Amino acid sequence: MATMTMIQALNNAMDTMLAKDPDVLIFGEDVGYFGGVFRATDGLQKKHGITRCFDAPIAESGIVAAAIGMAAYGLRPVIEIQFADYIYPGYDQIVSEAARLRYRSAGDFTAPLTLRSPYGGGIFGGQTHSQSPEALFTHVAGLKTVIPSNPYDAKGLLISAIEDDDPVIFFEPKRLYSGRFDGWHEKPVETWSAHPASDVPEGYYNVPLGKAAIAREGQAVTVLAYGTMVHVALAAAEFAKIDAEVIDLRTLVPLDIETIVASVNKTGRCVVVHEATRTSGFGAELSALVQEHCFWKLEAPIERVAGWDTPYPHAFEWEYFPGPKRVAAALTRTLEA
Amino acid sequence: MKNPLMKNATSLSLRIPTPKARPGDPADLSHVNPPPAGETPRPDVSASAHDMRDMAFKLVRVLNDAGEAVGPWNPALDAQTLRRGLRVMLLTRAFDDRMYRMQRQGKTSFYMKSTGEEAIPTAAALALEKDDMCFTSYRQQAILFARDYPLVTMMNQIYSNAADPNRGRQMPVHYSAKQYGFFSISGNLATQVPQAVGWAMASAYKKDNRIACTFVGDGATAEGDFHQAMTFASVYHAPVIINVVNNQWAISSFQGIAGGDETTFAARAIGYGVPPLRVDGNDFLAVYGAIAWAAERARTNMGPTLIEHYTYRVEGHSTSDDPTRYRPAEEPRRWPLGDPVERLKQHLIVIGEWSDARHKALEKEVAEEVKTAAKEAEAIGTLGQSRPSVKEMFEDVYKEQPWHLRRQRQELGT
Ligand SMILES: Cc1ncc(C[n+]2csc(CCOP(=O)(O)OP(=O)(O)O)c2C)c(N)n1
Ligand SMILES: [Mg+2]
Repeated sequence: MATMTMIQALNNAMDTMLAKDPDVLIFGEDVGYFGGVFRATDGLQKKHGITRCFDAPIAESGIVAAAIGMAAYGLRPVIEIQFADYIYPGYDQIVSEAARLRYRSAGDFTAPLTLRSPYGGGIFGGQTHSQSPEALFTHVAGLKTVIPSNPYDAKGLLISAIEDDDPVIFFEPKRLYSGRFDGWHEKPVETWSAHPASDVPEGYYNVPLGKAAIAREGQAVTVLAYGTMVHVALAAAEFAKIDAEVIDLRTLVPLDIETIVASVNKTGRCVVVHEATRTSGFGAELSALVQEHCFWKLEAPIERVAGWDTPYPHAFEWEYFPGPKRVAAALTRTLEA
Repeated sequence: MKNPLMKNATSLSLRIPTPKARPGDPADLSHVNPPPAGETPRPDVSASAHDMRDMAFKLVRVLNDAGEAVGPWNPALDAQTLRRGLRVMLLTRAFDDRMYRMQRQGKTSFYMKSTGEEAIPTAAALALEKDDMCFTSYRQQAILFARDYPLVTMMNQIYSNAADPNRGRQMPVHYSAKQYGFFSISGNLATQVPQAVGWAMASAYKKDNRIACTFVGDGATAEGDFHQAMTFASVYHAPVIINVVNNQWAISSFQGIAGGDETTFAARAIGYGVPPLRVDGNDFLAVYGAIAWAAERARTNMGPTLIEHYTYRVEGHSTSDDPTRYRPAEEPRRWPLGDPVERLKQHLIVIGEWSDARHKALEKEVAEEVKTAAKEAEAIGTLGQSRPSVKEMFEDVYKEQPWHLRRQRQELGT
């Protein structure tokens, strides 16, 4: 065991897989010698060799497409898109190609690639370093979408993603890279070492895709969250003094519907939270599923707390970010309904 | 017997380009072999793209080591224009230094300098008409100085304060100034290049006489958008100047990662049938001459030009970057093409139109100008101290605010 931040755990996951499987290789903008703008691949080129971890031209479409070609050959490429906000030039290759290759060739060709990308707000990155575009990927048949919330899961889920035979979009909450940010932006951020999930085994292990975790058990209301918002939800429950059950989805597609349904059937209430814009966000899907599966057990309307339907504005970071106060207000409303 | 040319004669190996020197190595710029100033010929502006191919592998240079302007590309500018260019470059440098320091003091979130590259946007702005539209990246702030955009307004943008013309919505240095022929800067690389082509096509469609001028980094030429821009510019003979600012680095990636080891960036033009020019980007006169050449071509319906400006990014990529982690610390000082400010200063002195004393006075003058503007902007407020009203977060998403945004605004209580 070692104590790791999320960025160290991700680095360690890639280190582990480079050592374990010669077909794993990593490329992306600035990931080689430099080790990535967030240091996720720090030291990997030096340790594993230049053809295992190298810089790519600034061409997201090319990065995704090259990974598809490599995956079709039989490799397991792990690519980094420097910020989720810069994924769009690669969108056609992801949606029309990677996602459908297995289907259109009836399994003749597959694209077992992993696309890692930092996402989410809270860093004064304005509209081009703060977005949460997960719903653009969960909407696409053939893709898996994974979002960890702590170092232990980050490593285990990334290893599962790399070993998965389908393309996986792996969004990393950059606000959690170096500390456990819970949305109280005026307070100092808790270090990861203070959190049990920073105990990370150094060798190989995995956290299976498609399994949620219960971040906090409770009876009063179920909160569905992922990424940074797991910690915001925990802070909100504490702030509102509400016995919420916080579910960390970990994988959005395929979704762990059993865990969600069992929890909502128990609590009878549900609040869905995400940083992404509200309209057509993943919360809409969650809300519809809960309604379909738990309608007769629901005692209050399902609430959604999400980013406003605007681009992410530089000057209004904390009005935009759905922090603990907004989540707490929704929890309270749900209990009063 | 097996044909040695058949497969498996030797096994394949994957090539990954690497720069000549990394931290700890001595800087190695032996591949930079600039020809003497004045040597590169100047074709007629009506030359065909086919006849211009060689220009992709030459280097347009006007200022020689002695500070004299020589050869066919000398734009023969009057002393007043030269001094104006020097002033804009010095102002840019003073502004960059100040705003960099402000970021370091926590007064804003981010800043990007253009140190060493000031001649390119400055000479371009002076060679263009004021109403030609510029579609830039984040490193051509000098265009705004050259067009007398108020410094204080730029600072207000950097601080996202109550007087920010972008209303707090953009990260620092993402200016927008339509009245000054300056298109809204995007954080997404290379997107502006095909947009500039479209603007130029519109100008041609309207039988206007304005042209478009766009700038993209060496690294960002790898994006599909750059190549689409080249195709559209070529197909429609768009009146546009496409400038590749090859400053050798794209964050930590040397230009070889963008394909610069195999050929020049100017040579990209050849495949599209667009005339290329390759210019010493630290030579104010050479840049001016090249832009003037391309502008004349565009204005006379002869279509686009691709110009590679060969230069060097002297500072880090941005305030978030530490370049000593990936390149030798001494590399910027070793750049063989010198400093654009020093070279223009030397030239003005050589022609008897400048002196060290006047230069010092000018440096002081621009520093004062920056300081005065900074006082004014800081009186309005730095990041977080002052900002537009929160309800403006919900404005300009659409022309009319739909019901759902109105409701979200009310929920936030603004
Ligand atoms: C589409 C897109 N991908 C990635 C980035 C992140 N990024 C910002 S600047 C930069 C390097 C650009 O280098 P270059 O084009 O050479 O311009 P320079 O910074 O040297 O002026 C990168 C990778 C981005 N802004 N947009
Ligand atoms: Mg560059």
